Formats: sequence, structure tokens, C-alpha cells
Amino acid sequence: MLDLTPKEQSERSALRINPIKTCQPVGAMYAALGVHACMPHSHGSQGCCSFHRMFLSRHFKDPAIASSSSFTEGASVFGGGANLKTAIKNIFDIYNPDIIAVHTTCLSETIGDDLVGYINDAKIPEGKIVVHTNTPSYVGSHITGYYNMITGFIKYLAEATGEKNNKLALLPGFVNPGDMREMKRLMTIMGVEYIMLPDTSGVMDAPMTGSYNMYPKGGTTISDIKDLGNCELTLALGELTSEFPADFLEKKCKVPYQTLPLPIGVENTDAFIMALNHFSKNEVPYEIDEERGQLMDILLDSHQYTYNKSVAIYGDPDTVLGLAQITMEMGMIPKYLVTGTPGKIFEEKAKMLFDKFGLEGCVAKAAADLFELHQWIKNDSVDLLIGGTHGKYVARAEDIPLVRVGFPIIDRYVHSYMPIVGYKGAIRLAELILNALMDRQDRDCEDEDMEMVM
Amino acid sequence: MDSKEKVLDKYSSKVYKNRKEHVITIEEGEPNVIQADTRAIPGIMTNRGCCYAGCKGVVLSPLKDVAIITHGPIGCGFYTWGTRRHKAKGDENTQSFGEYCFSTDMQETDIVFGGEKKLKKAIKEVFEIFKPNCIMICSTCPVGLIGDDIHAVAAEAEELYGIKILAFSCEGYKGVSQSGGHHIANNGLMRSVIGTGDAEPMKYSVNLLGEYNIGGDGWETERILKRIGYNVVSVMTGDGSYAELKNAHTADLNLVQCHRSINYIAEMMKTKYGIDWIKVNFIGLDGIKKSLRDMALFFNDPDLIARTEAVIADEEEEIAEGMAHYKTRLEGKTAAIYVGGSRTHHYINLLKTLGVEVVLAGYEFGHRDDYEGRDVLPSIKRDADSKNVESITVEKDPENFKSILTPERLEELKNAGVHLEEYNGLWSDINDNTVVTDDYNHFETEEFLKLLKPDIFFSGIKDKFLIQKSGVPSRQLHSYDYAGPYAGFRGALNFAKDITMAVYTPAWNLVEAPWKNTPTLEGSLGGTE
Repeated sequence: MLDLTPKEQSERSALRINPIKTCQPVGAMYAALGVHACMPHSHGSQGCCSFHRMFLSRHFKDPAIASSSSFTEGASVFGGGANLKTAIKNIFDIYNPDIIAVHTTCLSETIGDDLVGYINDAKIPEGKIVVHTNTPSYVGSHITGYYNMITGFIKYLAEATGEKNNKLALLPGFVNPGDMREMKRLMTIMGVEYIMLPDTSGVMDAPMTGSYNMYPKGGTTISDIKDLGNCELTLALGELTSEFPADFLEKKCKVPYQTLPLPIGVENTDAFIMALNHFSKNEVPYEIDEERGQLMDILLDSHQYTYNKSVAIYGDPDTVLGLAQITMEMGMIPKYLVTGTPGKIFEEKAKMLFDKFGLEGCVAKAAADLFELHQWIKNDSVDLLIGGTHGKYVARAEDIPLVRVGFPIIDRYVHSYMPIVGYKGAIRLAELILNALMDRQDRDCEDEDMEMVM
Repeated sequence: MDSKEKVLDKYSSKVYKNRKEHVITIEEGEPNVIQADTRAIPGIMTNRGCCYAGCKGVVLSPLKDVAIITHGPIGCGFYTWGTRRHKAKGDENTQSFGEYCFSTDMQETDIVFGGEKKLKKAIKEVFEIFKPNCIMICSTCPVGLIGDDIHAVAAEAEELYGIKILAFSCEGYKGVSQSGGHHIANNGLMRSVIGTGDAEPMKYSVNLLGEYNIGGDGWETERILKRIGYNVVSVMTGDGSYAELKNAHTADLNLVQCHRSINYIAEMMKTKYGIDWIKVNFIGLDGIKKSLRDMALFFNDPDLIARTEAVIADEEEEIAEGMAHYKTRLEGKTAAIYVGGSRTHHYINLLKTLGVEVVLAGYEFGHRDDYEGRDVLPSIKRDADSKNVESITVEKDPENFKSILTPERLEELKNAGVHLEEYNGLWSDINDNTVVTDDYNHFETEEFLKLLKPDIFFSGIKDKFLIQKSGVPSRQLHSYDYAGPYAGFRGALNFAKDITMAVYTPAWNLVEAPWKNTPTLEGSLGGTE
């Protein structure tokens, strides 16, 4: 497995090997799927659209709809205006969404297609909407595409009518439907009225009923997106993912915002609950105390299996930072934190976490890849890996247990239904981590050391 | 109105005009003509991919000892990393790059100032870290637009490092589908790899063309061929290698499994080296037996013919009981089958053997010859959208050209039903009244599901869950739902077992909640009892 990866590291400045990121449009597609009755549209050649739908279906084990402008070489040279206009007509005729959310690819970005002009010229049926965002694949990663699309919705739709709605605008970060459900549950328990954008719960985890519905019940409604402009406050979860659209909403509609890490782990969830508490001014209900107390009980009960265990975490920046937090709360040492998404701020935030827990010798790197992480591990190994599917090759090559968390997970089921955020999510993460480490102890110990009770 | 008209009728006149040529009902006795290999309609939710996917993802990626660098932003490389199940195995002499994804990960500055410098550096870094025998470069959409000359970079690097370095201009916008990419890959392999080796010719030697070893299909096919006594010189390209491919010209016969993706090489090898090709099908019992018998007749060796029959008898015996069992469970079911450019045809016979009738079929990117047979080739006009995909011509190789068959022998083979350099297409095996959909899309998939109500639907990952959510069992015939092999005798049994599982899985009977069909209030308040 990965036999060609040498232990000796060499400087690489041009070659990316085994990336921990993918390109912008798939993030935009995912964000658009979190809007009710929305058709994501990829303005480029159709290969991108197929690849992106394919990956979302593989991760969620659910349909991921999207259409494409299907550029040919002619359009690539002379512009894709006619393609987009034809597409818009056909999409409304055949698939009848309420809204089309257009994103771009490296093709239409390189040729400089003027989307605003095209959309203005397009025939859009009465009561229907077309929005767009620019998602050049050669900038950032899928995370960038995700927040660009959210910003696109805000840009086209959010309005400050002058009448406040007393709601909290929640930007959930790049997380699974299971996480979005958990965030909504916590806000409901806390008595917070909210608008969440996007909301893929009910879309990418839609139930099996025996009849397929192209636009399932879930998704943020268009009227709610409009109403974002009347919110009291935006809570932007996942600072590296959600701050950009929150800032845009503030500039456009004067909705102030607060950024917080993804609520992964004890302190990050505490911060989320405190922010909700501050917003609602309601007392925190016992239900939340109980969940938090259960989590603390579990962390203390099980600490002997996690204390000082080293872990390498890879994935999307905010997810990795959140996972680093909870592993440190479990007494583990997050020796390597890597993301493929560029941005030095990831490294700075990681450093602050290491300092907070008094850890030395841990490394964080943005714009890194799995090949590099593997080489670090070959030189100085870890007890556990946490990340998406692509790390399973490293896990096997180096015989390290892997806990699958993040995006994409294309080789396991159920994960996208279950939260990693909130105290409930932390309890689940604790179980996953403990099971991985304890299964390994059971597998590796001598027969005479096998424990019945652990 | 038949079901085809019912579906087409829902389109606007402009879309109707286009799609009616691509959606037909097979009629008895008619020359059934279909429109294919034309541009997809924007916004229609085609299932197609792009030229890069056809070149890099399909034809080149399975070559295990080649380090393929995707020159472009990260997506294209990422999505083709480990997702198509072309199995390969390296050994002490053969590097295997299947677990790796190499990309130049182009950034904004590369788009603005050009990416050649970065590409050169990336080649250097691949060379220094891995020391491969061959590097291939595949371009993506922006590369053609910004004018990076990847061929010049490849030529310069080849000189510099003394290894084979090939470039493929397979930008995603070229052609109208994956198909253009197959052609581009074929051209490159023919021009720069095939025929450059100096291996000694072997007896009973064949190449297996258009077999990508999905889920181990190629290995299962090779196992049977080796049992009979054939020497497989190269496989294009499942578990194939640059090293093997160089000697492909030494074989005596080319076996074409996937006609769409590799017929260009088959044709060019016939012209250049005189090597005949036959269309084979190692999917389904009838296909396998016919293919093996055709091969035996081609070589015309009594021992080989006897061994062929012995192996067929033995292999059939091994699976007979299992096949009979699954047939009892599947007999009378109907199926829909939408795949890329060849499997739709290949699986029809296997389904027939199991008593399953195909009522709906289609290709993403087949050409008219894949539907109607190669006889229509002279009447196919290339339209403007595909003219940017280069067609190359080759000359007879004076040194390596061989004529294996005498004209008399050729005539004998023809009379025996062995058709060299021929393919009759999907039509030859499809039932009357079957609906055939070219470049199938989401809308038509949904509509035909409702109208034709097949018992099982074979297609790909993008459709799978919509079909399943509609209440119809769905099996992927690209990835085999992570199972396989499906080729060969044992593969047929695997397939039968897997589709029986898909149809009979207990959860199907539990989909409806009990409170949906039983009254929750039991009659006291003056109901209609």
C-alpha cells in the first residue's frame, strides 16, 4: 500500500500528490442543494457537473441533482451566453425549480463569461429566480466555493426591509445534514428563532418513501433567505468558512455578526450555547445541562484510553480545528493538523489551540497534502488518524486506526446522518475514537493480556 | 401514444425536435436509426462526462506503471483518483501508481501567466521522487484556453530525463462527451507506445482491447484464456502497463471487448501491423462461448479447439447449479439498462440467460455504429462539435506487418460465422418494442421508470439513488456497486447473485410504514363500518 512513498522528504513546489481538498464548484453545489426547490447549475463543460454530483452522491448515498451548461469548444472560444440562456429555459421547462443557483468552473472563469449580463438577458418565468456566484476552481478549495455560493444567495436575495424579525441568522459551516439537524435542535431547545443557510437536512438525508421527489421537503426557503436581511445577528460557525458570507450580509443589510468555531467538542459547543443564550436571554434548559454532563461523564470515565495518545487530523480547515479541540479535551496530542485548503490563518488558529493546551511539537499546515502527511507519519508515527476516506490508504500502509470524520467519506454508510457537533456529536466522536483505540488494543495484545472488562 | 411519445411530448418544441432523434422504439423489420454522438442539450441534466474523463479517467489511468499528471486545477485529478475500479497489481519490477493522484494544482497565477513552468517543475518532481518509466500529462479545460504547450513541455522533458513522456490534449470541452477522450488517448498510445518494444512474438498470442479490469473482470477473462493456452501480450488497459503495451504489435489477434473506447487502436493496428481483430464479449455465457470458439477457429489448431471445448464444459459445469437457482428467482423480470458506451449491449445476453427481459436501454456516449453496427460507418458525418478531436492515419509498417490469414481461410471463417473487423452493435441483440435512449438524462430516466416500471434498473451512481427512492432496485453497471468481477463464467454467477440480492432484499417489503395502510383509530366514533 502506497509503497512508492519514500520516507525521505523532498521539497515540492509544483507537484500536488494526493490532495486534501477538491475544487470550488462542488462546495457551491452542496450549498445550493441546501436551498429548497433549488437546481444547482454548473456553468462550464459537463464533466465538472457529473464529477461533482457523483462525489456528493458517493458521500451522502443520496441523489445530488444539478444541471450543466454543457460547453462545447465553440462556447469555450466565443462565450457561454447562449448555453446558459438555453439551459435556464430548459431547466424551468423540464424540472421546474423555484430557483436556479449558477456557479462557474475554471472554464467559464478563464474565458471571463459575464454571468450578470447573461442572467439579465435570460427569460426567467414569473415568480422564478436565478442567482449566481463565481467559483473559479483555481482559487481556494471546495470550502471557498461553498461560502461563495452562500454569499451569492445573500447578494441576490437578502433584504433589510427595516422591520427586524428577531431571528438569528445561522451559517452552519461546511457540515453534514446530521450536524445541521443537531444545530437546529439546540436552537429550538434554547428557544432561539433562527434562519439557517444553507440547510441540507431533509435534502441530502431525505427519507425513503417509495416515491422520488426531486425537491425534497428540506432546504432553506427563498423567503427565509430574503428575510436574512432582517435578522438581529448572524452567528457564523466555522470561522474560516462562514465569516466571509456573514461579513457580506453585514455590509449589505447591516446585520452584525459573531464568528465562532464549529461547535465540535466541549468548549466550542459551550461557546455556541453561550451565544444562543446571550441571543435568546432564556435560561439554558436542564436538557442541555444533562447532555453536557453526560459528555463530561464519558470523557472522565474513559480518559485512560485516550490520554497522551497522538493523532493526525486532516480535512477541511474548520472541521480539523474542531476535531483538534475535542481530541485535546480528551487528553490526546494532535501531532499533525493538515488541510488542503490554502490560508495561513488555519496555521495561526491551530497554534493558538496548541498554546491553550500547552502542547509543544505539534505541527499544523495549510495547503498540504496526504503524501506529505504520510511522509511525516513514516518519520514519526501517531496512534490514530482522523479524517475522510482518502486517508484509509495511509491507515493501512502504516497500520494506524482511522476514524472517519469530515468530507468526503465515500466508503462508509450512515455517517452523514449523525452529528459531530454539539454535546451529542461530541459523545459520538468520543465513542468513535474510543472504539478505534480499544479495538486496536484488543487486536494487538497478547492472548494472556486480553481484557474482558475495559 | 406509446411511452416514448408520452415522454417526448412533455418537452418544448425545440427540445422535442432534438430528442426525438435520440429516443426511439425498436420496430420489427425496420432499419432502426438513432441519432448519437451529438452535443448534449444545456440544462437537460445529461449523465455524460467530458473528454478528460474519457482520456485520463478511462483509457490511461489503468496503466499501472505510468505516473499521470493532471495539468489543471485540483478537481479533475481529485475526482479520478481511485473512483473507477480498474484494479491493478504491481510487483517488484512494476511500479503501481493506482493509489496516487498527481496534479499541478493550478492557481490563479498559473492561469494568468501560463502553467508551463509549473508543469515542467511538476514533471521534475515526479521524476525525482518516483523514477517512473513513463509519465503522461493530461490537460484540463483551462490549459487549452491559456495556450500552454504541453506537447513541447513533454518533448523537452523526455529529452532531459531519458524516459517516455507523453502529453494528451484532452480538455473537457473537446468533443461532446467522454468519447472524444477515448479517441485522443488511442491516438497517443498508437503514435508513441504501441510497437516500440522488441519482445519476441509468442504462439497463440492475443491482446485484450477495451478491457479495464473493473472489479477484476480482466483478470477473470485472462484466467480463462490462459487455461485454454493463449498468451496475453497486453491488456488495454486494465492492469495494463506501458511495458506491455510497447509489445502489443507482436500479438496475432486483437480481442475487442469495449468497441467504443478502443476501436481506433484495433483499426490502426490492422492497418499498420496487419493484426486482425474480432469483437468479443466476455460478459454472459453465450457471449463468452461464442468469443472463445471464434478465437479457436481463428487460430485453427485442433488442440486449441479441443481445449476450448473442455474449458467451456468445465467452467459451465462449475456454475450451472448456481445459475439455474438464480434463474428461478429472476425469470420473468424486466430490466432497464443505461450505461456508457458498451456495457448496455454486453449485459443483454447475460440478462436473457437469467430470464430477464430488457425493456429500456441506452448509452451515454455511444456512436451510431455502437447501436446500429459498423456497416453504418460510411454514412456517419462528423459534426462541428467533434472536429477538434484529431483523427490520425497510420501506414503499413514494412518491418512488422504480417498477414496471418489467407483469403481462402478468411472466407472459411466468414462462412463459419467468425466476423473479423466487424461489430453489429446493440441492435443485433435487442428485442422489438424496446425503448432506446441515447444520451439519457434525468427527466427521461424518471419518466420511463414510471411508464415502463422495470423490476431492476442498471445504470450509474448519479441515478442509483433516485431510482431506488422511486422504489426500484438499482445496480450500478459502471462500478458494479463495489463488487465483481462480472466477466467470465464465475462473473456471470456473481452478477446473478448480486441482482437477486438487489431484488429480494427484505427492506423492500418494509418501506411503507404500517400506519400508512391501517386505520389508526378503530371504530367507535360512528365510522363507515
